Amino acid sequence: MELVLALGIGILVASGVWLLLRPRTFQVILGLSMLSYAVNLFIYAMGRLAVDAPPLVGSGPPDPALYDDPLPQALVLTAIVISFAMTALLLVVLLASRGLTGTDHVDGEDGE
Amino acid sequence: MLWLILLLPFLGSLAAAFLSSRARDTAGIIAGMVALVGTLLTAFLYPAAADGTVLRSEIEWLPTLGLNLVVRLDGLSWIFAQLVLAIGFLVVLYARYYMSRDDPVPRFFSFLLAFMGSMLGLVMSGNLVQLAFFWELTSLSSFLLIGYWHQNEAARSAARMALIVTAAGGLCLLIGLLLIGRIVGSYDLEAVLASGDAIRSSELYLPALLLILIGAFTKSAQFPFHFWLPHAMAAPTPVSAYLHSATMVKAGIFILIRLWPVLAGSEAWYYIVTSAGLLTLLIGAWAAIFQQDLKGLLAYSTISHLGIITLLLGIGSPLAAVAAIFHTLNHATFKASLFMAAGIIDHEAGTRDLRRLSGLYRFMPITATLAMVAAAAMAGVPLLNGFLSKEMLLAEAVTDYNDTWLDQALPYLATLGLTFSVLYSLRFIHQTFFGPRPTSLPRTPHEAPRWMRAPIEVLVVACLVVGIFPAVTMGPVLEVAARSVLGPNMPTYSLAIWHGFTRPLFLSIVALAVGAAGYFVFARRLNTASAVPLLGRLKGRRMFETVLSILIGAARRLMKVVATERLQSQLRVLVLVGCLAGLLPFLRAGYGVGELGVTPLDPGFGAVWLVGAACALAGAWQAKYHRLAAVVLVSGTGLVSCISFVWLSAPDLALTQLLVETVTTILLLLSLRWLPKRLPDVWPEAGTPISVRARRAIDLVIAGGAGLGLGLLSYAIMTRSLPDTVSRFFIERSYPEAGGRNVVNVILVDFRAFDTLGEITVLAIVALTVFSLLRRFRPASESVRSPLQQLQQDAFDEERDDRSRGDTLADYLLVPRVIMEWLFPFITVLALYLLIRGHDLPGGGFAAGVTMSIALILQYMAAGTRSIEARLRIKPLNWMGIGLLTAVATGLGALIFGYPFLTSFFRYFDVPLVGKVPVASALLFDLGVFLLVVGTTALILIAIAHQSIRTTGRRQPEARPQPHAGEQG
Repeated sequence: MELVLALGIGILVASGVWLLLRPRTFQVILGLSMLSYAVNLFIYAMGRLAVDAPPLVGSGPPDPALYDDPLPQALVLTAIVISFAMTALLLVVLLASRGLTGTDHVDGEDGE
Repeated sequence: MLWLILLLPFLGSLAAAFLSSRARDTAGIIAGMVALVGTLLTAFLYPAAADGTVLRSEIEWLPTLGLNLVVRLDGLSWIFAQLVLAIGFLVVLYARYYMSRDDPVPRFFSFLLAFMGSMLGLVMSGNLVQLAFFWELTSLSSFLLIGYWHQNEAARSAARMALIVTAAGGLCLLIGLLLIGRIVGSYDLEAVLASGDAIRSSELYLPALLLILIGAFTKSAQFPFHFWLPHAMAAPTPVSAYLHSATMVKAGIFILIRLWPVLAGSEAWYYIVTSAGLLTLLIGAWAAIFQQDLKGLLAYSTISHLGIITLLLGIGSPLAAVAAIFHTLNHATFKASLFMAAGIIDHEAGTRDLRRLSGLYRFMPITATLAMVAAAAMAGVPLLNGFLSKEMLLAEAVTDYNDTWLDQALPYLATLGLTFSVLYSLRFIHQTFFGPRPTSLPRTPHEAPRWMRAPIEVLVVACLVVGIFPAVTMGPVLEVAARSVLGPNMPTYSLAIWHGFTRPLFLSIVALAVGAAGYFVFARRLNTASAVPLLGRLKGRRMFETVLSILIGAARRLMKVVATERLQSQLRVLVLVGCLAGLLPFLRAGYGVGELGVTPLDPGFGAVWLVGAACALAGAWQAKYHRLAAVVLVSGTGLVSCISFVWLSAPDLALTQLLVETVTTILLLLSLRWLPKRLPDVWPEAGTPISVRARRAIDLVIAGGAGLGLGLLSYAIMTRSLPDTVSRFFIERSYPEAGGRNVVNVILVDFRAFDTLGEITVLAIVALTVFSLLRRFRPASESVRSPLQQLQQDAFDEERDDRSRGDTLADYLLVPRVIMEWLFPFITVLALYLLIRGHDLPGGGFAAGVTMSIALILQYMAAGTRSIEARLRIKPLNWMGIGLLTAVATGLGALIFGYPFLTSFFRYFDVPLVGKVPVASALLFDLGVFLLVVGTTALILIAIAHQSIRTTGRRQPEARPQPHAGEQG
C-alpha cells in the first residue's frame, strides 16, 4: 500500500509541477489542483496508513493504537476546502486577466 | 476608568467613520462629547495624580515576553492627557465652524479622534513597546489628517513626507526602546525609570540614546528633521492647531521628558540635545521672520519654540526640566490660539499672504485683540504666560553648569533667538491688523462667528490668567507634573512675575527692545523677501526628495538585476528552491527506508492508482490541447484520491473531497466558455525552436525531480513508526470531554475551533474577493457571443412558427430537469443529516455546506439562471454573514459563562423513540460553518454563472429581465 501511495503522490506531484510551469493560465490552475491532491495525500500520509480504523471512537476509554491518526485528517479537511477557495479565486483572476489583456498567457502577453 | 479614557476616542472615531458624509453636526457632537467627557474624567483623576500615586491598570498580553498592556497615569501623563483632551475639545468646536459643508466632515472627526486616542495611548503607556506602538499610531493618524484634502497635491506630498520622516524616526525609536528594554531586562516603565544608573553606564547607552533622540527629533521637528513641519501646513487649520501646538510635535518632547530621568545627565545628552535645541531655536526663529504665509510663520515659530523646550531639556538641570514642562504647556495654549486666529483670518479674508493682508483690525476687532494677546505671549511680553517660561529659560541659560563653550555662549544665543521671536510676532500682528485698508482681498472680511472665536477666547484667557497669577493657577499642576519626572530631585523655584532686576530680566528687555527696533527698521524690506537669507539654500525638502529618489532608483535597478516579471521563471525558481530545501537534510543524513513493515497491498488499491496515475499524466498532457478532457481527467485523479481516503480510514476526508470535487468541476466548466479558442501551435511540430524545446526539457526534469523527491520522502516517512503526538490527546478526550465520537470533527469544531473560525473567515474573504472581481469583469470580445450550439438551437427555434427561442434547449433537458428539480428536497435533507450527525459520524459543517450548495447549483442548472431567480431568492451574502456571526456568537457565548472564547458545552439528552441525542454548543458552531460554506460556495458559483446573463443582456438590451434582488452580476 505504502509503495503504491508514494508512487501515486510522486506522479501527481510531477504532473502538477509540470502544469504549474506551463505558460497558459488554465494549465496552471489544473496544475495547482493536481498539486493540492498530492499535498493532501502527503499530509494524510504523515499519520501513517491504516485500513479499517476510522477515528470514530466508542463511548468507553479508547485505545489510540486502534484508530487512524485524526490530526492530519483534520488538517487535510480544512486544506480541501481552502484549496477549493484558492482554485475559485485563481480562476476568477484568470478570467479577469484574460478579459483585460486578451490572452490567457500567464504574463498577460503571448510569449512561447 | 483609565481604559475608558483611552478607548473613548477610538470608539468615537469608529462611530464617526460610519456616519454619512454629510452628517457634520452629528460627527461634531460625537467628537466634542468624547473630548469633553475625556477631559472631565481625567480631571477627576487629578487628586490621585496630585498625591504622587501612579495609577496603573494592567492586562496580560504576552507575559512570557514581558509584554503587558499597561495603562499608567502619573503627574506627567495626567498633564499631557489633559492637554490632549482639553485642546482637542476646543479644536473640535473650532473645526465644526471651520470645515466647509462640502468636505466629508465625519471622516475628519473620525481621523481627529483616532489621533487623539493615539496621543492618549502614547502618554498613558506604561510599557515601552506599547509606547512605540502608539507612537506609530500617531504617525499614521497624523498622515491621514495632514492628507485630509487628498485632492490637493501639496497635501498628499506633505502627508507622505511627514509620514516617512516620523515613521522612520519611529522605527529608530522602537529599536532604541528595545535596547533600553534589553539593558533593564524589562519593558515596564516603572522598572525602566528605576534603573537610570544602569542605563547610563551600559555599553548600549549611546546607541540607544541616539536612536531615541532621532525618534524624538523627527517627531518634534528638531533640526535637521524640521523640514516636514512647514509643509504639513497644507492640512486644514484645525489640524495644524492641534498637531503643531498641543499634540503631535509634543510627542517627541513627551518622550524626552518621560525618559529624562534615565537618559539625561551624560555628556552626550548635553551636547546633542542642547545643540540640537539651540540650532532649531535659531534656525526656526530666523526662518519665521521671512515667511510670507501666515501659517508658515507660525510653523517656523513652532519649530523654534520646540527648540527652546529641547534646549531646556538638554541642559539637564532639574530646574530646566521644570521650565521645559512649563513652556510645553504655555506654548500649547498660545500657539493653538494663534493657529485658530490664522484660520479665521484665512477664512474671512480669503488669503493668508502677509503681503496682501493689512488693517484687518477694523473688520475683526475681537479676533485681532485675541491674536495680539496670544502673539504677545509668544514674544514673551510680561504679564503673559510666555514671559514666565522665557524668564526661566534665560535664567537657566545664564547659570553656569559646565565651562564648555556651549554653556558660555548659551545666554547670548538664546537672547538672539528670542529677539527673532519678538520680531516675527510683531510682524504677524502689525502686518495683519494694522496699516491701511487692504486693497486686494478676495472677499470683504468680517468678524468670525461667535462659537468659532470661543476656543481662542478660552485659550487667551488662560494665557492671561497664568501670566498674571502663575503661582495660584499653574503652580500646583506644574509641581505635580514635575514631581512625577524628577522625584526626589525636585528643585525649589518660584513662579513669580517679579524677581527683581536680574540678568535674565535684562536679557529679556534687550530681546524685546532689539526685536521691536529691528522690526521697525526692516519691516518694509521683509515684505519683499522671497527666500530666507543665509539658510535659503538649506532646502530640507529638496534633500529629502533627492534621498528618496536615489533610494527608489536603486531599488528599481536592483529589481531589474535580480527579479523578473515573468511568472514562469519565478515559479521555476520557487519550485527549485523548494526541492533543494527538501533535499538538504538527505544530503547530510542520507536516505533510508524505515523499519515499519508495509501494509499488504490490496490489488484493488493498486488498480485504482493505476487509473489515478494514468489520469494525472493524461491530464497534464491534455491541458493544453483539450481543456474539457483535461478537466475530466483531473477530476478523475481527484476521485482516486477520494477513494484512497475511504480505503485508508478517512471517511470524513473522502466525503468532503467528493463534494468539493463536484463543486470544483462545475466551477471549471463554468469558466471554460470565457477562455480563448486554442490557437494553432505557434510553431509547427518540426519547427519548434531549440530554446523552447530546451525549456520544456528543463521543466520536465524539474517536475520529474519534484515528483521523485516527494514520492521518496513520503515512502520513507510511511515506513517509520509514528511518534507520540498530540493525536493521542484528541482521541482520548474526544468523547469524554467534547461529547463527540468523530474525532476529526471534534478537532475542527471544538479542540481547534479557533483555527476553523479563522479558516471560514478566509473562505468568506475569498468569496467576497471573487464576487467583487467579477463585478468589474470584462470578457474578451470574442467570448461575448453566445456559444455556437446555442446559436444553432435559437436559429432552429426562430425558423418555426410554433416554437419560440429556447424551446429546443428546454426540450432536451426535460427529463434531467425534472429529476434535478425533484432532487432539491432530498439533497437538502442529506445536507442537514450530514450536519447533525457530524459530531459522531462522518459529516459536519463543511461537507453539509458544500452539499447544500450543490443542491442550489443543481436548481440553477435545471431551470436556468433567470427562471430560478424569479422563483427562488438566494442571498449568499446573508448566509455568509449569519454563518460567521453564529460561529462567533457561539464562541462569545462561552465568555458569558466565564470560560475562554470558544469553549464548548455538551450534554446527552434522552429523547423518547429517538434515543440519546447529543446537544453540544459545538453543533451551533458547526451550524455557523455550514451556513458560511453554503453562502461562499453559492456566491462563487452564482457569480460566475451570472456572467453569461450579463453579457447576453449587454448584447440584447430588450431581452434583459427585470433586475431582482437575487441577481449578483
